[in-house]
Amino acid sequence: MVEMTGPSATSGDWRRFYHLTRTLAVTDFKVRFYDSALGYLWTLMKPMLFFGVLYVVFSLIVRVGDGVEHYPAMLVSGIVLFFFFSEATAKGVTSVLDRENLVRKIHFPRMVIPLSGVLTNTFFLLLNLVAVFVFFAIDRVEVRLSWLQLPVLLALLFLFTIGVTMVLSVLYVPARDVKPIWEVLSQALFYFTPVLYPISLVADQNERLAQLAMCNPLAAIIQQSHHAMVDPDHPSAAAAIGGAPRLLIPLGILVGTFLFGLWLFNRMAPRIAEEL
Amino acid sequence: MTTPPARASETLIAENVSKTFRLPHEQVNSLKERALHPFRAKRMDPFVALDHVSFSVAGGEFFGIVGRNGSGKSTLLKCLAGIYGTDEGRILLRGRLATFIELGVGFNPDLTARDNVIINGIMLGLTPTEARGRYDAVMDFAELGEFEHLKLKNYSSGMYVRLAFATMIQVDADILLIDEVLAVGDVSFQQKCHEVLAEIRKRGRTILFVTHDMHTVEQLCDRAILLERGAPLELGDSNKVARRYDRLNFERKSDLKRKNEDDPRHGTGEAVVLDAWFEDEHGTRTATVERGRRCTARVLVELCEPAVDPALGFEFGSEHTPHLAITAEVAAGSFAAGERIELEAAMVMPFAPGRYTLSPFVRGADAQGSVMDRRDGWVPVTVIGTRGAGGLVDVPSEVRVRQMVVP
Repeated sequence: MVEMTGPSATSGDWRRFYHLTRTLAVTDFKVRFYDSALGYLWTLMKPMLFFGVLYVVFSLIVRVGDGVEHYPAMLVSGIVLFFFFSEATAKGVTSVLDRENLVRKIHFPRMVIPLSGVLTNTFFLLLNLVAVFVFFAIDRVEVRLSWLQLPVLLALLFLFTIGVTMVLSVLYVPARDVKPIWEVLSQALFYFTPVLYPISLVADQNERLAQLAMCNPLAAIIQQSHHAMVDPDHPSAAAAIGGAPRLLIPLGILVGTFLFGLWLFNRMAPRIAEEL
Repeated sequence: MTTPPARASETLIAENVSKTFRLPHEQVNSLKERALHPFRAKRMDPFVALDHVSFSVAGGEFFGIVGRNGSGKSTLLKCLAGIYGTDEGRILLRGRLATFIELGVGFNPDLTARDNVIINGIMLGLTPTEARGRYDAVMDFAELGEFEHLKLKNYSSGMYVRLAFATMIQVDADILLIDEVLAVGDVSFQQKCHEVLAEIRKRGRTILFVTHDMHTVEQLCDRAILLERGAPLELGDSNKVARRYDRLNFERKSDLKRKNEDDPRHGTGEAVVLDAWFEDEHGTRTATVERGRRCTARVLVELCEPAVDPALGFEFGSEHTPHLAITAEVAAGSFAAGERIELEAAMVMPFAPGRYTLSPFVRGADAQGSVMDRRDGWVPVTVIGTRGAGGLVDVPSEVRVRQMVVP
C-alpha cells in the first residue's frame, strides 16, 4: 500500500506533471487564441500599438532615438520581450486563485498552475517574435551569427519569469495586496529597463547609474539582445555593467529569484486549497 | 487507538486522521479598517474538522461516509483525495484513486465537448492517449455524439451533466471517491447513476461515497461511517449507520419539545401521573423509536386518595388521528394515598414513521370510570425506519406463505 501524501508542489509522477502542464497551457492558449473574432491578432496588436505610441513619442517628439542604430528594431524587440515578462507575471499573480475549482477539487501537483500559465505566454512570445523578425527585415537589420544567442536569452528570461510568477501566485493566496503592489512594481521595472532608451544614454550622464540598472536581470537580458540581435554598436550586457564578471550579479539575482520561488511555492503549496 | 495491520484485501486505510482548520477570527475587509490597523495580526481560531477518524475499506466494497452538514464528511473525502493535507494520522491506498467532488471539474465553456472530455480525462489521471481512446465511449454513453463540436457554453444544463457524468465514469480508477455528485439531475438521471455505480462495483472497484441521503446508503452501501463534529460516531453495517443517523437528526428536535408542563391536563386529582416515557430495548429513555423494534412505554402514577382497582394507561395520537390506539391495564387491589404504581407496556412499534404523542392517564377500573388524571399529548415520540411493508400500522400477525398444488 502507498501512503497518501497530501497536496504539494510537485508530487506524483513526472509524466502526469508533464501531461497536466501541457494540457492546461495548450487549452489556455486555444481559448485565448479563439475567444474573439480577431483572436491572436489582439495579442499581437497590444505590443505593436504600444510600440507605435512609443516610437512616435521617442523618435519624433523627444528624439531619444536620434543617432541610435535601428531604433525601431531595438524598440520592438525590447517591448516584445518585456511584454512577455509583464503579461506572464500579471496573469500569474492571480493564477492559483483563477484555477480555484481545480485546486479545491483535484489532487495534482500545484506547480502545474504557474508553470502552465508562463508556458501559454511563451507560445504568444514565440508568435510575436515572428513579427519582430518581420520588423528586422523592414529595418534592414543584418542577420548575424550572434542571433544564436537568442535561445539562451529566452531561456534565462523564462527562468526569471517563472521564478517571479511562483512567488507572486503563492503569496497572492493569503495576501491579496500583492496584485496592486506588483502592478506598480512592474510598471517601474519597465522604465528602469533599457527598452525605450539605449543604455548608452544613461551611461553618458552617469556610468554608475547605468551599471546599477544592469543589475536587473531583465535589463541585462534585453541589453544583450540589443547587442546580439539588433546591432553590435549597442553595448553588450557585459560592457554595460562594466566587465563580464559583474554579470554574476544579475545572474545571481535571476537564479536566486528562481530558487526562492521554488522554495516558497513548495513550502506553501500544501495549504493552498484550504486558504483560498 | 490502534488499527490492525493491513489485510490483503484492504484497499484503503485511514488511521487516526485529524484535521484542524485555522479560521480567521476577525476579517479585515474594508480599506478603512485596513488603514486603521494595517498590521493587526489576524487571530486564528482552531476548528477541529476531523478528530481521529480511523477506518478501513476492503477491495470491492461500497463504503458510505455520512453525517449532517458540517460534520466533516467532505473534509474527510478531501483528505483521502489528497486535496487537504492531514495534521495527524495517515492514509494508505492500494491502486489508482480518482476523486469526483464535482461534475465537470475543469470544464471550459469556450471549448467543444471533445476538447473538454479529453482535458477532463487528463485532469482525472488519464494519459492523453487513453483519454482520446475513450472519447467515443463517453459520447456514446452521454448520447451526445451529434453535438460533439458544439462549444460547451451552448449546451443545456442537462446535456452538461450527462457529459460530465459520462466523462467521470470513463476513468477506471481502482478507488473512486464520490461527493454527492449524484444529487444533481432529475430522477431518471439519478436512477442511471445508481445503475452505473452498481455496475462499476461489479467490476471490483472500491467506492467511497459521501451523502446524507439514507435511502441511498441503505440501497447501495455495504458499510458506512457516521461522523458528528468530526468524530466517528458509528462505523459498520450501512443499515445500522443509517438508523443512527436518523435518530441523531430527530432527537435534536424532539428533545426540545419533551414534556411541556403547559399541556392540557384534566381529571379529578385523586391520583397524578408523575412521569411517562419510552425506553428502547436496552432500557434507555428515548424519544425516537424505530418501527418494528421492541420498545417499552412506562407510566408512573402516584395516588393522592385511597383507591381500589385503578387503571393506568396511555393513548397514542398523531396529528391526523388524535385517538389512534389505547392501552390500559387495571392495577388490582386497594392502594393507600401516597403509594406509587408503574405501568410497563412492552411492544413492537407498529406505527409508520412519523410524529406521535402519548397521553398517559390514570382512571377508574372500567372504561367508563372517572378520569383521575390525564395529560394530553404529554410525551412526543418519533417513529423512524424504513422497514415494514407500508401502511399506517403493522398488525401483529403470524404470516405463512406456501405453494398450493393445483389438482
